Amino acid sequence: MNFLATLRIALNALRVNKLRSALTMLGIIIGVGAVIVMIAVGSGAQAKVEAQIRSLGANLIMVFSASATFTGARSGAGSLQTISEDDAYAIARELPDEIQTTAPALRGSGQVVAGNANWSATFYGVTPEYFEAREWQIAEGRGIEQVEVNSAAKVAVIGLTVARNLYGDSSPIDQIIRIRKVPLTIVGVLERKGQSMSGQDQDDIVLLPISTARKRVLGATALAKSRSVGSFTVKVRQGVEIKEAEEKMRDLLRQRHRLQPGQEDDFNVRNLSEILQAQEASSRVLAILLAAVASVSLLVGGIGIMNIMLVSVTERTREIGLRRAVGARSLDILQQFLIEAITLSLIGGLIGILLGSLGAHLVGEFAGWPIKLSPYATLMAVSFAAAIGIFFGYYPARQAARMSPIDALRHE
Amino acid sequence: MSEPLIRVQALAKEYIMGSNVVAALRGVAIAIEPGEFVAVMGPSGSGKSTFMNLLGCLDRPSSGDYWLGGEEVAHLSDDQLAYVRNRKIGFVFQHFNLLARTSALDNVALPLLYSGLVKRERNLRAEQRLAQVGLAERMDHQPSQLSGGQQQRVAIARALVNNPLLLLADEPTGALDSRTSIEIMTLLQGLNRLGLTVVLVTHERDIAEFSSRIICFRDGIVVEDRPNTPHDAATSLASIASIKTVS
Repeated sequence: MNFLATLRIALNALRVNKLRSALTMLGIIIGVGAVIVMIAVGSGAQAKVEAQIRSLGANLIMVFSASATFTGARSGAGSLQTISEDDAYAIARELPDEIQTTAPALRGSGQVVAGNANWSATFYGVTPEYFEAREWQIAEGRGIEQVEVNSAAKVAVIGLTVARNLYGDSSPIDQIIRIRKVPLTIVGVLERKGQSMSGQDQDDIVLLPISTARKRVLGATALAKSRSVGSFTVKVRQGVEIKEAEEKMRDLLRQRHRLQPGQEDDFNVRNLSEILQAQEASSRVLAILLAAVASVSLLVGGIGIMNIMLVSVTERTREIGLRRAVGARSLDILQQFLIEAITLSLIGGLIGILLGSLGAHLVGEFAGWPIKLSPYATLMAVSFAAAIGIFFGYYPARQAARMSPIDALRHE
Repeated sequence: MSEPLIRVQALAKEYIMGSNVVAALRGVAIAIEPGEFVAVMGPSGSGKSTFMNLLGCLDRPSSGDYWLGGEEVAHLSDDQLAYVRNRKIGFVFQHFNLLARTSALDNVALPLLYSGLVKRERNLRAEQRLAQVGLAERMDHQPSQLSGGQQQRVAIARALVNNPLLLLADEPTGALDSRTSIEIMTLLQGLNRLGLTVVLVTHERDIAEFSSRIICFRDGIVVEDRPNTPHDAATSLASIASIKTVS
């Protein structure tokens, strides 16, 4: 008696009892489908948090000028311009193994005027590196280029909030805005980022070349003559420990600023990694929790299979007796019922994957949640379904195989 | 004298029911020659069913010996017994025991699945046997589409499909009306005349009359074993038909 023949017998038995086979499969379909949807939702949420971390910068270190102290009252960070563009470039140059890029930024604020509309926004004088360091994508047009920094070109890239408030739905590209009476041509619009972790609207922003900000917009102040900046962003290379990079950078800055041991830093360093890591961990817990809940339904589906198989064995006792009488060994009977159970759970698993993927897309479509289907999770669900078939099919199959042919034949 | 097809000696079977040991069969010795048509009779509890189960290799005796076609089969393993049932014995049951929602052809071919034959060969043999029992036209019918007599014919075709040495029929007419019963007996007699050894269990005297030897069981032993001049089933069938025509 070969395996193929047993397979054929089992498949035939399933085909003969179509309705029952379908109902049994339903448990597995729902179980596997739920696992697929839940894992998709969970890993989607996780991916979103990870993207957020990248865009907000878990691998970012912010360096600020030290706070100034005026007659005992300390001003905020960056009120003294103790760090410079050159510090930023030096860090990138001296620590190439740890630092991916550095982006100095000169911050200012003012009224942005476009025709008869105006809007109060924060502007930053930046270099092309800023886009890379802060993960800004361009929605329309282009970013700021190095030649524009070199020539202090009168161009600007604006955030979505600014664009909406000044131009509504029409394209702002090639339009002229004025900040502190300096006309700037808009060359690009930034992709939407939404709120920052602290609730600030990150899209309410205007970016211009750092030289333009320094020489033309911030203009007459003493600042214009130096190369100092209020802050710069340091992007740490993937896989490098933030703490370690921060320490090396601190040493380098102290050295450049000629600070004696024991003397306080004349700059501040901050990073967001801890908060973000905590958030990532919580979203991972959520994903695991969702998968666990869905696994319970898969387990219930498996028990459903066992239940139906037990009923089926009892109901088909005479069939088992007959098969034994015409020459089936108990191994043949065991195989037959085991294959039936595995086939049910495998087919159910495959349908579950299809419906689950569809369901995940629908959830993503209608609930607006981020969805991420992973082939790994799919593979896991299929093998889990097969394992359930074997596990929950074995007991009924063994019951069938152990039956004495005489009792089975006499069964009413 | 040649070796009998079936030879049992001191065949005994005990069942343990709780703390009691029930002796269903206590020392049976019988030899059946190839080509015999034997009817086994006896009241319920007489041991005839136990005897049939042992003959059919569905069970093993507690003690004693059983040679089937010259081979000692009393102490074979389960798998070896399954092989013997598959190759050497054909079973016919009172309630036909056909697989529901399965065509007559597939039902007949069932034992061949366990012989490991390829589909073409299985179907060929099953078709031949169905033709032999007169159901060539109904190969694709399912049991529910067949009459009781036709279902029993399918079951007989199934019993014959592997060319067995022995046909064991357990009350094959028990679920049929008298006319159909005689039709089935005609078929069995015909097969017997072609050389097939048939052992039949029945409690109906007139069914037993179609056999050439009657063995009676009581309380686990053989109380009567006599040759019988068989009635011809085909003749009985014709006389029933004529009665019907008169009335």
